[in-house]
Amino acid sequence: MPQAAKGWDRNQMAARAAQELEDGMYVNLGIGIPTLVANYVGDKDITLQSENGMLGMGPFPYEGEEDPDLINAGKQTITELSRTSYFDSATSFGMIRGGKIAAAILGAMEVSEEGDLANWMIPGKLVKGMGGAMDLVAGVGRVIVVMDHTNKAGESKVLKACTLPLTGKAVVDRIITNLGVLDVVPGGLKIVELADGVSEDELRASTEATIV
Amino acid sequence: MKKVYGSADEALEGLLHDGMFIAAGGFGLCGIPELLIDAVVKSGVKDLTIASNNCGVDGFGLGKLLDTRQIRKMISSYVGENAEFMRQYLSGELELEFNPQGTLAERMRAGGSGIPGFYTKTGVGTVIAEGKEVKNFDGQDYILERGIVADLSIVKAWKADDTGNLVFRKTARNFNPPAAMCGKICVAEVEEIVPRGSLDPDLIHLPGIYVHRIIQGQHEKRIEQRTTRKKETV
Repeated sequence: MPQAAKGWDRNQMAARAAQELEDGMYVNLGIGIPTLVANYVGDKDITLQSENGMLGMGPFPYEGEEDPDLINAGKQTITELSRTSYFDSATSFGMIRGGKIAAAILGAMEVSEEGDLANWMIPGKLVKGMGGAMDLVAGVGRVIVVMDHTNKAGESKVLKACTLPLTGKAVVDRIITNLGVLDVVPGGLKIVELADGVSEDELRASTEATIV
Repeated sequence: MKKVYGSADEALEGLLHDGMFIAAGGFGLCGIPELLIDAVVKSGVKDLTIASNNCGVDGFGLGKLLDTRQIRKMISSYVGENAEFMRQYLSGELELEFNPQGTLAERMRAGGSGIPGFYTKTGVGTVIAEGKEVKNFDGQDYILERGIVADLSIVKAWKADDTGNLVFRKTARNFNPPAAMCGKICVAEVEEIVPRGSLDPDLIHLPGIYVHRIIQGQHEKRIEQRTTRKKETV
């Protein structure tokens, strides 16, 4: 069954996630599809945080203008903007833990109907570490997950309970997948929106979690 | 008191011993104390416990101390860029304590600030919370994390004056100030030592009270992920 082609592609998911952002927000974007969200904020006034110690993250530098002292949390060379500020890691996570960052948009391996998130570790496979993910999901105002609805084997990643070690418990607010948008509400997940060409039955069939 | 030393070897003289606990600044390869790491390698000191967000890459930064088997335990948030690390970890030669990145930074800041422990909601309900005290404040659970006090801190800054006041550059600041704060002794390497009075006192990032020894030197400043964009063509 050609599941991968169903609904939104990576860029469409990123564009949908960008709609979650409001003028004036300070936002942290994770690695992968979340990084693409920056391409779709339009003329909204959004300040991107990089948790290694920067607010006001700019685009990649032009070739030859890379600065080894200026990288993002994915260790990629980036640039600064006129609004940029720098600070140390303790201050950076102070603003994360302190709820000053309005939203984080993150990838995930699994999400549960109670908003549990697993995105840092697969037992038996290479463990790289959680980096700042546990701090982000525990601290920021709103956690938005962007991911494919199913894994490569076609199994649901939207579950009754996560099987992988958790990054955070009851931390996810909204899930954006290739099939649509779901909110974590009391008793399960609520369908907010269906992706183009996806029926409610199709979304339900690909979802293990309780839909209320 | 004289804080400026002629070389990394001289600056570390009398400070190193087997089994010691070192806190190191840097994020990835950005803002790491390259010269002091090389001097620790050269000293041959072993059974080290090192608190550092990452462990360098194969053959560079703290990765060099893995190659020489001088590290017994790492306290880090992310170690994915290092094949030798994984080999030693999976074979049981190397102990690893994962800390969430913000918890690690705050443990250093707290330890250096006379705060032996603090409560955080980071990691509640995860493996990180196992064995830790849980306390409920205003209806929400928090876990107790301990402050870190290291035997020695090694950090990298952009500029220093001879009293140890430090200024960092861009995102190379990262873990360096909290790492510096948590050491009983802190040695800093900088790109330039400038005359006293030439740094604006209002723009000092880390006051010299935290810095005991300073060296100036040349840094390779290796880039881990070189990413660029094309110039827009009209």
